[in-house]
Amino acid sequence: MSGGVDSSVAAALMLEQGWDVVGVTLKQWEGSGGTMPSAGCCTVADAEDARSVAARLDVPYYVLDYVDEFTAAVVDPFGEAYLAGRTPNPCIECNRRVRFKALLERTAALECDVLVTGHHARIRHDGDGYHLMRAVDAAKDQSYVLHMLGQRDLERIRFPVGEMTKAEVRAEAARLGLRTANKPDSQDLCFVGKGDYRRFLRERLPEAARPGVIVTGAGDVVGHHDGTVDFTIGQRRGLGAVAGTPRYVIEIRPADATVVVGSRRDLLAGGCRVDGVSFVAGRAPQTARVAVKIRYRSEPVPASLAPAGDGSWEVRFAEPQTAVTPGQAAVFYRDDEVLGGGTIDGVLAAG
Amino acid sequence: MLYLDHAATTMVRPETREAMAPFLDEVFGNPSGVHGTSRRAKAAMEQARERAAALLGASRSLEIVFTGGGTEADNLAVAGAALAAGRRGGVVTTTVEHEAVLATAGFLEGLGCPVTRVGVDRDGVVDPEGVAAAVTADTAVVSVMAANNETGARQPVAEIASALTGRGVLLHTDAVQAFVSEDVTVASTGADLISLAAHKFGGPKGVGLLYVRDGVTLEPVLHGGGQELGRRSGTHNVAGIVGMVAAMEAAVADRARFRRDVAAARERFETRLEAAVPGLIVNVPDRRLVQHSHLRFPGVPAETLLIRLDRRQVAAAAGSACHSGAVEVSHVLAAMGFDEEAAAECVRFTFGWVTTPADGDTAAERVLAALQDLP
Repeated sequence: MSGGVDSSVAAALMLEQGWDVVGVTLKQWEGSGGTMPSAGCCTVADAEDARSVAARLDVPYYVLDYVDEFTAAVVDPFGEAYLAGRTPNPCIECNRRVRFKALLERTAALECDVLVTGHHARIRHDGDGYHLMRAVDAAKDQSYVLHMLGQRDLERIRFPVGEMTKAEVRAEAARLGLRTANKPDSQDLCFVGKGDYRRFLRERLPEAARPGVIVTGAGDVVGHHDGTVDFTIGQRRGLGAVAGTPRYVIEIRPADATVVVGSRRDLLAGGCRVDGVSFVAGRAPQTARVAVKIRYRSEPVPASLAPAGDGSWEVRFAEPQTAVTPGQAAVFYRDDEVLGGGTIDGVLAAG
Repeated sequence: MLYLDHAATTMVRPETREAMAPFLDEVFGNPSGVHGTSRRAKAAMEQARERAAALLGASRSLEIVFTGGGTEADNLAVAGAALAAGRRGGVVTTTVEHEAVLATAGFLEGLGCPVTRVGVDRDGVVDPEGVAAAVTADTAVVSVMAANNETGARQPVAEIASALTGRGVLLHTDAVQAFVSEDVTVASTGADLISLAAHKFGGPKGVGLLYVRDGVTLEPVLHGGGQELGRRSGTHNVAGIVGMVAAMEAAVADRARFRRDVAAARERFETRLEAAVPGLIVNVPDRRLVQHSHLRFPGVPAETLLIRLDRRQVAAAAGSACHSGAVEVSHVLAAMGFDEEAAAECVRFTFGWVTTPADGDTAAERVLAALQDLP
C-alpha cells in the first residue's frame, strides 16, 4: 500500500472477495536520521494515508523496512547506470528486485498466499499458463514496468484494479469512504523527492555535474554545459540551431562530461539491442513479429525480434524510431499481451 | 490479545481510574485560580505531590515537579541542569539512554555544551568508574538511566552516585522503565534528579514527574505562566497528576507481588522457549528488570516474527517504536556490539501488572506456533 488510491482500492476489492488481507507499506528510502522522506512518494504522509485506509478497512497494517535492499537494488545502480551513459528506469528495477522479488519471496513468511498491488495491468490464466495483459484503462496501463514477471510470479500476484478504469477506481474509493479517493497520482521517482532527478544526481554524482563540452558527431565543439545531468537523449531545448536546422542530443557521455548533438536524422534508430531479456511465458514467442514499447510514455510500434546469439536480442523497427535510449526497457507486446522484455543496451542504425 | 509489550505502555490500573474520575467531572478547576473551584483542584494536586514525595523518599513535596510525561522530565533534567545560571554546562551520559536524553544531549551539544557519551559492555551496562572518569570541570550533569527500556539492563546508578560524591555535578536518572518493579527512591539511587512517566506503571499517558533535589536550580524548558515554581509552565493536568500518584501508590504496594508473578511468568516463558528453539539467546541474562525478556531468534527477522505474532494475537516489540512504524535497528543494541543482522533478530517481550505466571506458558506456545513452518 503506497498510500495512493489504487493500492487502497486493491486492498478493499480483495477484502470484498473474501480474502484475509494484510496491508504493508515498504519503507524504501529514508531522509537523514532514518525518518521517512517528507516529499516525493513513500513519505510519512503516504504511510499515514495507507495506515488510515487499512484502519478503515479493519485490516492489520505494517511498514516493512526495505531501505537496504532498495538502496542496493535501485538507487546505487541508478547512479552507476547513469554514469555509464544510460538512462535507467528505477521503477522497473524496484519491481524486479524489491517488490516482486524480495517482498514476493517473503509472502509465505508473512503467512500470505498472494501479493496484491495497485498496478494497472491484468493477469489471465488459461491452458497455456499465466498471461500478463495491458490494463483496461489504456492511459494508466503499467504493464511496461511489469514485463519481468514470470509464471511463478504471476501465480502469486493479483492486480485487481487493472480491471477498472481510473475513474472507476476513484468512484470505488469514494464509495468506501477512503481518504485517498481524490489523492492525485504520484509522478515523481520515489527516492528523488519533489521535482527532478537532476538535483538528486547533482548531489549524489559529482561526476555528472561537471562542466564540459557540447560536440557534434564530427567532434567539433559547439558549446559548453554545466553537467551532463541536464541532458536527455532527444532533447532539443537550449542547444541552438545550425543554418536553421535544430540540434538534438544524440549521445551523453558522463564519463568525459561530453554531450553529443546532431540533427533529427541522427536521432533515428532502425532498431536496438536488448539484454537481460525475459519472457512471461518462460520461452520466446513463436512469432518474430511483435510490437515493442521503448519508453514508458510511448505506444508500442511494430518490430521484429531475433536472438543475437550472445544471449541478447535484436529488435528491428518497421519504421525508424527517434531517441531510443540505452538503459530504458524495451517491452514486447502482442496485441494487449506482454510477451516479455529487457533493457536497451545499444542502438542499431537506421536503414 | 496476549499483551507482552508492557514496556511500551501498560493498562491503567483500577485505582488510577477511580482516583481520576472526579477530576474529569465536578473537580474541573484550574489549580492556579483564586476561587473555591480552583482551590479544590489545587488541594488535590498538592496532596498528590506530598504522596509522590513520600513514595520517592523526597524530603519536601516541592522537590516534585509535575511534567507532561517522561520525555519532558528528561528534557527538563538534562537541559535544565546544563543551561542553569546562563551556563553552557557539560553533559556526561551513556550510549544506551532513551532518545529523550540522547536527543536532548545532542541539542545541547549544538548550543556549545560539551557532551560525553560513555560506552557500555556486552550486556549494555556502564562502568561507574568510567562515568566518573568522564566528568570534567565543565560537567554540569551526569545522566544514566536506572534501567534500559529495550533490554531491561539495570545500570549501577547508586555506585555512580558514590563515585561522583564531592565532584560537584548533578546526577540524573531516567527511572521511567524501572519504577514499576524496582525500588526507586532518592536514597536507593542517590540521584539529584529522577524522571518518571505515569503510563509505564498503570497511570495515564501524557503525565510524568521530575524529582529535583532541594537547592538544585534548573533552567526551565517550557516558558509561560510560571507554574511549578517557574520550573514547568502550563496549566496543570490535574486528573492526570492525581491518576499518576494513585498509580504510583498502587505500583509500590503491588511491587512484591508483581515481581513474584512476573518472574514466574518469565521463567516459564524462557525455559520453554530455550528447550524448543535451537540457538535461542537470552540477552542481558543477569542484570535486567524482572519484566523484560529480550530474546534473539537466530535466523528469524524480528519484523517477520512480530507480524506472525500479531496474527496470533500476541503483542511484542523490536527496537524502539519509530513514527513510520518500521522496525529500526536500535542504537542500544548497536552500543552493545550487536551487528545489524543480530540486532534485527531480537524481539522484546515485556510482562506487566496484569501478567499471571500461566501467561508465560501461553506466550511460549504462541511464539513456538509463530515460529513453525517459517520458510
